[in-house]
Amino acid sequence: MSALFEFLLRQGDNALVLGHRVSEWCGHAPVLEEDIALANTALDLIGQTQMWLGLAGEVEGKGRSADDLAFLRDVWDFRNLLLVERPNGDFGHTMMRQFLFDAFNLVHLTELANSTDDRIAAIAEKAGKEAAYHLERSRNTVVALGDGTEESHARMQAALDALWPYVGEIFENDSVSDELAADGIAPEPASLRAAWDARVQEALAEATLRHPEGDFAHRGGKTGVMHTEHLGHLLTQMQWLQRAYPGATW
Amino acid sequence: MVATLPRVADVWEWLDAVPDPEIPVISVVDLGIVRDVALEGETLVVTITPTYSGCPATSIIRLDIETALREHGVRDFRLEQRLSPAWTTDWLSQKGRRKLEDYGIAPPQPGGTPAHCPRCKSAHVKRISQFGSTPCKSQWQCEDCLEPFDHFKCI
Repeated sequence: MSALFEFLLRQGDNALVLGHRVSEWCGHAPVLEEDIALANTALDLIGQTQMWLGLAGEVEGKGRSADDLAFLRDVWDFRNLLLVERPNGDFGHTMMRQFLFDAFNLVHLTELANSTDDRIAAIAEKAGKEAAYHLERSRNTVVALGDGTEESHARMQAALDALWPYVGEIFENDSVSDELAADGIAPEPASLRAAWDARVQEALAEATLRHPEGDFAHRGGKTGVMHTEHLGHLLTQMQWLQRAYPGATW
Repeated sequence: MVATLPRVADVWEWLDAVPDPEIPVISVVDLGIVRDVALEGETLVVTITPTYSGCPATSIIRLDIETALREHGVRDFRLEQRLSPAWTTDWLSQKGRRKLEDYGIAPPQPGGTPAHCPRCKSAHVKRISQFGSTPCKSQWQCEDCLEPFDHFKCI
């Protein structure tokens, strides 16, 4: 598997798995406006998935489409961060996860817009606009609920503490990122940490949330070495139709 | 079969009669998603760009453009997608902006706040939600006439 293909899977799978997770809220959100906002966010992410996995299939050169990659791979082939496969929890938990991811996504896409690979730069330019919009909403929600009632504050702090061990993986370099960084295709994840920290710390302070201290990191998502059991359950839902009726189309 | 090649100016005019499937008062040209019309030899190439990457209207728009070209007798054509430069609301035509407002959708404003309520024109408006009925809109309400309305998101 080439490093470029692997990288594109990481991009596409992050958007796909988070998009699917967020779509699970459709019809269940606390108020109608949030339901619509979550569904729209999920839709943007699925759109970004089509671009990343579409390019991944092209780069791989085996004739696999974005749909093939989304629906016909199993858990061990997925390259998403563990953070995005975490179950939704309550609404606050979902928005905290979204905020932590959006902050990374925007910082990352901003750098990718300068990629030496024009195809990647074009997708990043497009997706970056959407990520900026998502971050505005997830940040505002984290601040509103963190600096809200005693109940909402406690829930947001609990969500932050529960998700924090999944942050470290985002910024870990490995042989894939080393190769892409050397070619100027994508930045080293570790190089993005300072910009991410600045955005996150500023928002957490405004949200009156305590910044977690530990730096323990669960890993194994983006390398595919060990996903959590949650991803398998997600795929049974997401891939059910193509598994039961192979090749079904609209 | 058309013996003569279509004129580029005519094609722009034909496409300006193709409505956006979700906001039918404006055309796909008003929306700024038709980026280029050109002849490559005898092949007409129409280049389009998506508004939002996940916008479900994109495939319908492609189909509507194809249908319009066929209705005008064009057989030899190709639709191309271009991502960069990324679509921006700055590409909405002035005509499109006026039509949006007449239809009850506040046209995009830099900074993200609509200039006024599309119905009573009051500037006292508040945001209800950053997202609305389609990926390209947010929900607002007029604090004078109290009517809720859509605002075309500015990106």
